[in-house]
Amino acid sequence: MKKNVIEVRNLEKYYEVSGGFFSRKKDIVKAVDDISFEIPFGESLGLVGQSGCGKTTTARALCLLDPKTGGDVKFYNNETEDMENIDNLDDDELKKFRRNIQMIFQDPYESLNPRWTIKDIILEPLNIHNIGDLQDREEAVVEILKTVGLTPASNYLPRYPHELSGGQRQRVSIARTLIMKPKFVVCDEPTSMLDVSIRISIMDLMLNLAKDLEVSYLYITHDLAVARYMCNRIAVMFNGKIVEIAETEELLNNPIHPYTKRLISSIPVPDPSYDRKVYDVNYDELDAIIAKHGNDNPMVDIGNEHYIATHDVKGLI
Amino acid sequence: MSKEVLSVKNLNMHYETLSGDVHAVKDVSFSVKEGESFGLVGESGCGKTSVAMSLLQLQADNAKISSGSIQLDGVELVGMNESELRKVRWDGISIVFQGAMNAWNPVVKVGEQIREAIREHYPEKSKAENTEKIESLFKMVGLDAAVIDRFPHELSGGMKQRAIIALALSCDPKVVIADEPTTALDVVIQDQILKEIKKVQELLGLSLIYISHDIAVIAEMTDRMAVMYAGRIVESGPTSEIFASPRHSYTKALLESTPSVVGDRVKLNSLDGEPPSLIDEISGCSFAPRCPNRTTTCNPELDMELVEIGPEHYVDICNKESH
Repeated sequence: MKKNVIEVRNLEKYYEVSGGFFSRKKDIVKAVDDISFEIPFGESLGLVGQSGCGKTTTARALCLLDPKTGGDVKFYNNETEDMENIDNLDDDELKKFRRNIQMIFQDPYESLNPRWTIKDIILEPLNIHNIGDLQDREEAVVEILKTVGLTPASNYLPRYPHELSGGQRQRVSIARTLIMKPKFVVCDEPTSMLDVSIRISIMDLMLNLAKDLEVSYLYITHDLAVARYMCNRIAVMFNGKIVEIAETEELLNNPIHPYTKRLISSIPVPDPSYDRKVYDVNYDELDAIIAKHGNDNPMVDIGNEHYIATHDVKGLI
Repeated sequence: MSKEVLSVKNLNMHYETLSGDVHAVKDVSFSVKEGESFGLVGESGCGKTSVAMSLLQLQADNAKISSGSIQLDGVELVGMNESELRKVRWDGISIVFQGAMNAWNPVVKVGEQIREAIREHYPEKSKAENTEKIESLFKMVGLDAAVIDRFPHELSGGMKQRAIIALALSCDPKVVIADEPTTALDVVIQDQILKEIKKVQELLGLSLIYISHDIAVIAEMTDRMAVMYAGRIVESGPTSEIFASPRHSYTKALLESTPSVVGDRVKLNSLDGEPPSLIDEISGCSFAPRCPNRTTTCNPELDMELVEIGPEHYVDICNKESH
């Protein structure tokens, strides 16, 4: 049995929206609706789906940036060597918990403070968590810059973000994230703003770091080809729910859910001779699975840890 | 062989800035034939959009075309005055901008904005004629005729982009430039829009110039393509041939760094370094500092120049012999 770094059960994030200033009517937007997954140590899970399907909301709820409105998030606790529900943590424990869970954002131009030097930016988390003395911290910064490939470190420490290129900035973001030695990192489209030739080097860096430092990723992207390169498993999200989750190659070769099929068939292939088939949405396969397994269970396993959602999606895709 | 509609020869364009001249387009030559789809691919800042803007003579005030010629059906566009250009724009060449769906005027109905463009070029046409024309265009791009009377905020991103394509086609242009028309859209919507563009292009026999950073989209959309790097075309030729046997090291690097959902899961290769600054005059090969195939025999001092290595397949002189 693999040890999980994080387990998410029935996570919900609902927003109340009012119909207008004078209106008393309140509507509820179910941005994230009853999703469950777990990520074992050292593995990464891709979360793919169209914009507005709730990928980033899920990420923010996991990192406690926006409080969730329902469900359980359990995180591996080093000290007790057991899974711990984050609802049961008091403030001190929560601060410790945050060391283990970090986030890399999409836009390297907006997520770094333009008035701070690279050194200040990477030092900040160490200062906040009061780790080591000043000399230890500075040594740690130099060390982590080396790890993310910004060498010699002395070239970068006194510089400001605007002096760096997009790829270098994203490396700084990764350094700032990894200096806390987290066990779990949420990456929200970290390469979508970068150019193709630079994108792969950032993705390779993240893969190597995952292996060396035993970090697990929740990798959010709208690009299945990127998810395939980065992730062991992929979860496909649609309208706030996970509709299909499976091992990467299994999902790509044997998609069942009509939305997954549609998504896969929509991706351009970098080969002019490849004839991409048009997929006409049909619910036959999904219906057959629901008929076989019943729909009392929100997700059913069809073998090989390949899960399909059984809720009604007719007419939505 | 069909005739050339648009031909660009030795185009040089720079932006005059406080920190010096930025040489955005260097010695760019290509031609687009009737009914052909031509792709321009490269990273951000390589000069793709600068080329597109020069074609319409819509470049910024600080941009100067220092030499070169752009001919549409044999008529020279460089040096034309504004009133002559007004006739060429939209009638001869039209453009779908990147993020164009945000370019709609929010307080004017979509149909009225398209009517305005037609009225400007064909004042003699009646309103009923124009409405009929717009309806047929909307049908072509997969929009309901009722959209004519909608305001832009009532439409989704994909619908707005479809309407922009209809707008670009409203004056029956010979050449349509599509500058990253789908980058702001979702994959599923992108796929629909690409199919729509392709369908319309084939139906009307349009010449299409498709600009993108995404080599997968270029593979699907174009017949011929050119790869740009640091303001220059480094390789151009039939799309199928370039994908099957890329010759320039940069083209190879682009192909090797693009992940795909089909085929085997392969290790992708990245390219070290960053594109050069375009402010400094680069002598010799601008790709040499990043080139993975730089050998002792190659001469980085050698000026870049395209040479023909096969039918319509041109590559930078340094990569003439395959590595």
